[in-house]
This record gives sequence, structure tokens and C-alpha cells, in this order.
Amino acid sequence: MADFAKRHSGVLLLALFVALLPLALPNRFYFDVATKVWLNAIVCVGLNLLVGYAGQISLGHAGFFALGAYASAILTRRFELNAFVAMGLGAAGTGLLAFAVARPILRLKGHYLAMATLGLGIIIFIVINREIWLTGGPDGTRVPALALGEWRLTRIEDWYWAAGAILVAAVALAQNLIGSGVGRALRALNGSEVAASTLGIDTARYKAMAFVVSAVFASLAGSLFAHVERFVTPAEAGFLRSIEFVTMVVLGGMASNFGAVVGAALLTMLPQLVADFQDYKHLVFGAVLMATMIFLPKGLVPSLTDLVRRRLGR
Amino acid sequence: MDEFLQFLFSGLTRGSIYAIVGIGFAIVYNASHVINFAQGEFVMIGGMAAVAITTKLGLPLAAAIPLSVALAALVGVALEKFAIEPARGASVVAIIIITIGASIFIRGGVEVLVGKRDHSLPAFSGDEPIRIAGATLQPQSLWVVGALVVIVLGLRWFFGATRTGKAMLATSHNRLAAQLVGIEVRHVLLASFALAAALGALAGILTAPITLTRYDIGIMLGLKGFCAAILGGLGSPYGAVAGGLALGMAEAMTGGYVSSGYQDAVAFAIILCVLFVRPQGLFGRAGTERV
Amino acid sequence: MSLLRVENLSRSFGGVKAVADVSFAVEAGTVHSLIGPNGAGKTTLFNLVTGVYAPSSGRIFLGDTDVTGLPTAARAALGVQRTFQNLQIFFNMSAVENVMAGRHLHVSTGLVASLLGLPGIGRETAAARRRAEELLDHVGLAEWRKADADAMPYGALKRLEIARALAAEPKLLLLDEPAAGLNPAETHEIDRLIRRIAASGITVVLVEHDMKLVMNVSDHILVLDYGRKLAEGTAAEVRANPDVIKAYLGEAAATGGRGV
Repeated sequence: MADFAKRHSGVLLLALFVALLPLALPNRFYFDVATKVWLNAIVCVGLNLLVGYAGQISLGHAGFFALGAYASAILTRRFELNAFVAMGLGAAGTGLLAFAVARPILRLKGHYLAMATLGLGIIIFIVINREIWLTGGPDGTRVPALALGEWRLTRIEDWYWAAGAILVAAVALAQNLIGSGVGRALRALNGSEVAASTLGIDTARYKAMAFVVSAVFASLAGSLFAHVERFVTPAEAGFLRSIEFVTMVVLGGMASNFGAVVGAALLTMLPQLVADFQDYKHLVFGAVLMATMIFLPKGLVPSLTDLVRRRLGR
Repeated sequence: MDEFLQFLFSGLTRGSIYAIVGIGFAIVYNASHVINFAQGEFVMIGGMAAVAITTKLGLPLAAAIPLSVALAALVGVALEKFAIEPARGASVVAIIIITIGASIFIRGGVEVLVGKRDHSLPAFSGDEPIRIAGATLQPQSLWVVGALVVIVLGLRWFFGATRTGKAMLATSHNRLAAQLVGIEVRHVLLASFALAAALGALAGILTAPITLTRYDIGIMLGLKGFCAAILGGLGSPYGAVAGGLALGMAEAMTGGYVSSGYQDAVAFAIILCVLFVRPQGLFGRAGTERV
Repeated sequence: MSLLRVENLSRSFGGVKAVADVSFAVEAGTVHSLIGPNGAGKTTLFNLVTGVYAPSSGRIFLGDTDVTGLPTAARAALGVQRTFQNLQIFFNMSAVENVMAGRHLHVSTGLVASLLGLPGIGRETAAARRRAEELLDHVGLAEWRKADADAMPYGALKRLEIARALAAEPKLLLLDEPAAGLNPAETHEIDRLIRRIAASGITVVLVEHDMKLVMNVSDHILVLDYGRKLAEGTAAEVRANPDVIKAYLGEAAATGGRGV
């Protein structure tokens, strides 16, 4: 029961934070930044299941993000589908693709896994760039507003609430998963794949599960992002975007759902809030990645909670 | 037929570049079991430094080449010293992330220092194309292919006849044993990063006249060099040469006969197929995990 | 019928035969020990039985099921569990979570139900935690309940692996050198623990170098040498076997021995 309460207190705290934050946001610009934080955080919470908990690496998740974004863009604009249907189809399609490649890809380890996920992401990037008739190519494509009948979601303040609510839901789902037998299986195969399989854990199945769930999270966030921005470009599928997501997870703390949110928040806000940051973006991202892995390999949130636990003597 | 020959030349040139970059991956992997995702950045540093030295300092190319290569080697040593060494014993995933961080850091540094413009070097021996059986060949391509030949021969000599080379080889076979016979493994690691960086920089200088160079060319070249190294069986410099040449050919033929748009995807499609069929790489042996 | 039957099992690594044409059967409810010098193929045999390695030739049966081609996880589902000579603890989890992971075969693992955190999942997790805590007590790790695995000493981790394996409710438990690196008091604890496990009806196969422990707990002993079966029988029979004395115990006896 203590475990149950602990799991949900975190989610409630996050919900409270999302609910109260607008009091401190002075204008639309900050709502926009916060909304992007929520969206990136959704991707990171999913990616963390794969990278942080299951210990597998993916250098291609921007590909899944972009598949969601482009599915929404193309299906609503060209095929005039309902935005929610488009989003669902995008997520289902991305999930199916992830499922199809999950087993062969996740059979790989270490460098080979990094290479394969990276390759998958780059192929998606190239396809989006080249199939101009469908995607608009390098110039990108416009995206209609999220609409259901007469109702349209356009004000950034409204988007703040929508994205925030979905993030809270995503974190709740991830927390549930980690607290279940599936979560223990993921963490076990991270700890020792051999031991996990001798306990009856079909490691390939659970890796695939984490891969598919993280891909679907990324796709949904991509769809939402497309409707918020009303525009998508192939850069969303780029290798650097994939690295951004990994950096967020690593910085916030691997194997911590709230760490993923914190990492996403820090690295999303940085470019938006620091003037001229765009010029130094790569320099800073690279430095953050290296420094975190070297000096704080567990990431911010787990390191801080360890510290607090030790101070309180548990 | 002349069309085919044209693609063949193009493939050979590209392939040689991938091979040189791939050799760098193999050398570092051998010595440290690290895949250095920043390897492509050395290619960029080489080209950019040569441009800066010739244009800003007004030095001749003959002086710019060794200086650029030395600069890249220095960056390679710094990378090993300040990013890889402190993380000794970290997981493979952690090391991958560190070298990716280094690669973005280097790229970002050059972006800030030099800007985002394209730069080019003059071709080493003019732009007058050589005509062979209806196809044309840029003289610079001969430089590239020639450099690969020289590098391969040089490596044979280096690993076969020099103390440092033999020490590197010994370390790659058995680190502990190498340590026991008195090889300073830390120096071997530094030397391998320096050598890999120098080779990468050389590749960058050689291609700058053909493809132009800018702060972000390192990603693709690095990744393709990595593909070459995997195709050749990680850790074999000569395998990387074979892998690089095969990759270059496959790209050129795809670009020529199938679709120029998807030329860049070829390397990744090949690598995915190879890894799906043989998870341990093309020439790698299936390992049995010890428990 | 025997619980485990191994027929003409061989496995080579690069030309070296680690296990060569070994056959034996383990009767249900017994403690069966595998002994032999280092490199005799004992751990390889465990890896073959659990499916971590595939055999070069030969067959493995659990009851009357041929499991030779089955993956490791499927054999676990048929009731095989093991510990490891080189610890394979989940160092990213706490002690109790390690043991809870051992309950894997007995909790539901549907993705949707787990994501939604349906009440059944919560109840199962709570039950798994209670069971894990009981097992930690059972193997003498009560004080380590809340500890992170990476904060525990070697001897405790040995027992943690046993608790984790027991959590899966095995029919057959393979223990790979459970007393290695332990002091005499701890070894005595392991001795008693093995007897308790056997008394609860679990069939135990033991690989161990501590001869006192082996002779104490074993119903049946199989001696391996260079991957081949050298002898088998009860403790008394093995002790009296001239081949065994020559190949294995001889040198031990000559050097002052391990009290055989």
C-alpha cells in the first residue's frame, strides 16, 4: 500500500504543479514554452521506459515523433480526416512499425543497437525529406488546427491545459507500468538479461513492449506538436532531435519518470529563455550530455532523491 | 558502360573516404572498445582547419595539411583525456552518450567560432577532369584513393614494425596481458584516439575540394564511417576498408541507377539488413556470453 | 520418473569440449551434487540445462518433456530455476524488488492492465511484495529487506539469488557454488538452507567445491572431470571410487585435503 500511495503522490504533485504554474506565467510566450515542455516531456517519459528502465538505447525516437506529426498533418489536411482519428491512426501506424522492427532491432546490443535505431530514424528523416508530394519535403507542411466539429483548439492557453493534462496522464500510465510486473521485468532485464530470462522473463517481448510504448508516446506527442505549431518540418525527425530527447532523459535521470519531465523542462526552456541561445545550442547540449554522464551518471532527480534520502537517514 | 564507369569512379571516391573514417572507428574500438561517435567531427575539423589556415593565415596548403591533422589529433587526445578516461568503467550506453555529447560539443564549438557557411579548399592538382573511356575523373579523386592506399600500407607498417603499433595491437587483443608485459595502456588509448583523429582529419582535407565543408558535415560522414566499420566487422581496420568501399559503391550505384534522393539512405538500409540477419556484424563472430 | 534427464549431452567451445557425452538423471525430491575440479564443465552443464547455452549434441528432458530446443524463459515456466556462480543480481533494484522479480511467472503481465494500473495489478504487487519479504526472512536476509542490492555484502547477495529463485516456485533448483567465498558460519547457514529447500519438496542440483557441504547434503553425487562423467553414486560410493580418488580427491588428499 505504501508503494501505491508513493506512486500516486508523485502524479498528484505533478498535476498540482501543472494546475498552479499558470499563476506564474506572465504572457502567451511562456504558455507556449510550457506547452512545449509538456510535449517533449511526454516523449521523454516514454523514451525513459526504454532507455532508463529497460536499459536499451534509441537514437531514433525523433523519427517516431515526426511520424505522428506528419500523420496528423497529412491525414487532416489532405484527407480531411478528423484530427483525433488522424492522431489515433498515426499512433497506431507508428506503434505497428515499432512492433515490426522491435524484435530484430532489440536483439542487438550496445553499439549495434545504437546504430540500428539511429539508422531507422535517419531513414524516416530521409523519406520525409524526399517524398515531397506527400510531406512537402524540406519546406515542411502546414497543419490545420485541432478541431472536433465546430470546436477548435487554437489558443495557446488552452493548449497548455490540454498538453499538461495529457502529460499527467502519461506519467500516471508510466508509473503504473513501472509498479507492475511488467515494470519489474523491464528493470530486471536491464540489471541482468541472463538472470531475467532464467526467471521466466521473455526478454525480447518486454524490450519490444517498451519500444512500442515509447514509440506510441512519441507519436502522440508529435501529433499534438503538429497541431500546436500548425506547421511541421523534417527537422523534427532529425538525428539531432533524437539526441535532444536522449539528452533530456539522461539529464533528468534515467529510470525516473519525474526525472524525464525535469530533463525535458530544463532543456526545452533553455533555448527559449536564454537570448541568443540558438547559436550556442549545440555547444551547450553537447557539454550537458558529457558532463551529466561523467559527473552525474544517474541524472538530476535520482541523484537529488538519493541525497535527500541519505540526509534524512531514510 | 561509360555511365557505369562514371558511377564506379564516384563510388570509389566516396568509398575511400568512408574507409578512412571507418579505419578510425576500428582503431579506437580496438584499443578501448569505445565506439567514438565523434569520429566524424575530426573529418569536419580537418577540412575546416585547412580552410582557416590557408585563408586566414595565408599559409600554403602543404603547411596547412600537417597543421590541421595535428590539430585534430590534439582534439582527439583531449577527447580521450577529458571525456572518455573519467568515465572508465561506465556502461556501453553511457560511453555512447558521452561521445555523442562530444561530437555535438565539437560541432557547436566550430559553429560558434566559424559560423554556418560552406567553405571549400582548392583542388590539390587542379580541376581539369581526366577522361577515361568516356567517363571523367576529378584529379582530387585520385588523391583520395591514393591516400587510402598510402594509409593502408602505412598501417601495415605501423602495426607490424613500430613499438607503438605493436603495443596497440597487443592491447586490442588482451588489455590485461598487455598491461602485464609493461605496455602503458593509457598511452595506447591516447595514441589510438590521436591516430583515429588524424586519419579523420586527413579524410576531411582530401574531400573538402570535392564536397565543400561546413560545421555539420561530420554527422553523416561519421555515421557512414561507422556503417563501414560495422560492415567490416567492428575492430578490423582492413575490414573497414572493405566495408567502406562496398558502401561507397552501393551508394553511387543507387544514386545513379535507382534514385539520387535516397542515396544517403543506402548505408542505413544496408546496415539494418545486415544487423537483422547477423546481429554480431558481417564478419564478427557470434559470441557466447559468459555467466 | 526422473525430474531431470540429460542424455549424451555435449558442448564445445572453439574445439574444446567443455561437456562431453554426459548422461545422468535427477530423481524428484533429492539433492544431487555435481563435483569436479575447476573447468570440469559443471557451470556449462547448468547453462545447458537452463538454456543459456545450446548444446552441440544430446538431449535434455524435464519429466517427459524434451526441452532441448526451448528458450531459457520457457524452461523457467516448466519449473527450472538457478543461481549463478558469478552473481547476476539486479543491481538496479532493491533486495525485495529482486525477489519480487522472481515472482514474474506468477503475476499478470498484460500491457494494458499494467499501464492502467487496474486494481488487480496493485493487489498482485502487494502480494508479491509480502511473499518476497517472507522469502528474504526465510533465507536469513530480514535485515536487508529495504536495502538496495548494490549496498549489500557478497554473502547476502548469494542468499538473495536463492530467495529470488525460490520466488518462482521451482520444481528444480540449480545452485551454482552457493558457498563460494563464504566463511564457515555462512556456509553452515547455506547448508541448513539447502536442507530446508529440499525438505519443502524442491529438487536441488548443487555445484559446490566445499566437500563438507556436498557430503552433508547430497543424496547423490556426480563427478565430472574434463567435461566427462567420471563416477556417480552416493557420498560413500563416490568417496570409495578409485578413479575419483586418483583424479580428484587424490591430489586434495595429498595436499592435506578438504576433509573428505
